[in-house]
Amino acid sequence: MNCIIIDDETAARTIVSHLCSQVDSINVLEEFSNAIQAMKFLNKNTVDLIFLDIHMPDFTGFDFIETLKNPPKIVLTTSDKNFAIEAFEYDCIVDYLVKPITLPRFLKAVQKVENFSTPAPAITKEISPSKSSETSTEKEMYINIDRRLIKLEFDKIYLIEAKGDYILIKTDEKNFTVHSTLKKIEEKLPDSLFLKVHRSYIINIKKIIDIEDSSVLIARDVVPISRSNRPELMKRLNLL
Amino acid sequence: MEQPNLNYIKELSGGDAYFEEKLINVVKDELPGEILEYQTNIQNKNYKLAAENVHKLKHKFGIVGLVKSYQVAIDYEDGLLEANLDLKEEFEAILQLIHSFINEL
Repeated sequence: MNCIIIDDETAARTIVSHLCSQVDSINVLEEFSNAIQAMKFLNKNTVDLIFLDIHMPDFTGFDFIETLKNPPKIVLTTSDKNFAIEAFEYDCIVDYLVKPITLPRFLKAVQKVENFSTPAPAITKEISPSKSSETSTEKEMYINIDRRLIKLEFDKIYLIEAKGDYILIKTDEKNFTVHSTLKKIEEKLPDSLFLKVHRSYIINIKKIIDIEDSSVLIARDVVPISRSNRPELMKRLNLL
Repeated sequence: MEQPNLNYIKELSGGDAYFEEKLINVVKDELPGEILEYQTNIQNKNYKLAAENVHKLKHKFGIVGLVKSYQVAIDYEDGLLEANLDLKEEFEAILQLIHSFINEL
């Protein structure tokens, strides 16, 4: 099994690498001190297994997993027991090792990896089902900010803006920057409230103040409307 | 007070002296920077960042066999997230102990 190790702590990488060297079936291809470097590597290479630290600055292990289209098997390595429940909501996570990792516990994890059937190609998280009749009745969603799951009520969100690898969610009270894509959040939002009006903007149509030819005023934000999305927006309005 | 030891490192190495030396040197190199970052964040009252430093440092506690102190670090980390410094002195005494232990190896 070809694997990589991702951990911002050198001592942790040294330990996991040493443990891997005790198992003939594991071949460590690379070690990374941050998830961004690993993402670049995975764009060009395929691995069977990732030993992944959860708690890293800027980009957590869970953020990293969310970026993977076809995640390989993942064994989490962490000094924090609090994430165990969240960890097993990802199909690709096989085991959860609490540091300092011992050889017997490591070997047990490897055994689990070897017995683990390959997860479905797309990343799936049970608590975040894709848009369906199940979600259409939901009134809120949860976003992960600094290790906390924060509840956002849909009717409080007025605008979502794409910002590179992040999205900016604007609500009546506060703004949130989350590592995700417009496409991903669009799947979680109810159609009855939200509409993508531009490739970089999703608006809550109940929060519209006024509409001009190619822009819409939402709270204090003027948002562009693309020509292709304008007909759908007009269809959704209760025009006199 | 619980004393640092090499039990975990010895158990992990399985008698591989080269690995033991390598890991000790990594901890020696990494620890001062982590302590400094923690101290800076405490001085600047950046308790959330200090909690992240404690999170990383607590692994070092485990590496030098400090089982009870590891729990102190967990509790201190949780406290810092709420700007609670009750365990600061106890935690920093353990840090000093580890620093001295590692440097004497």
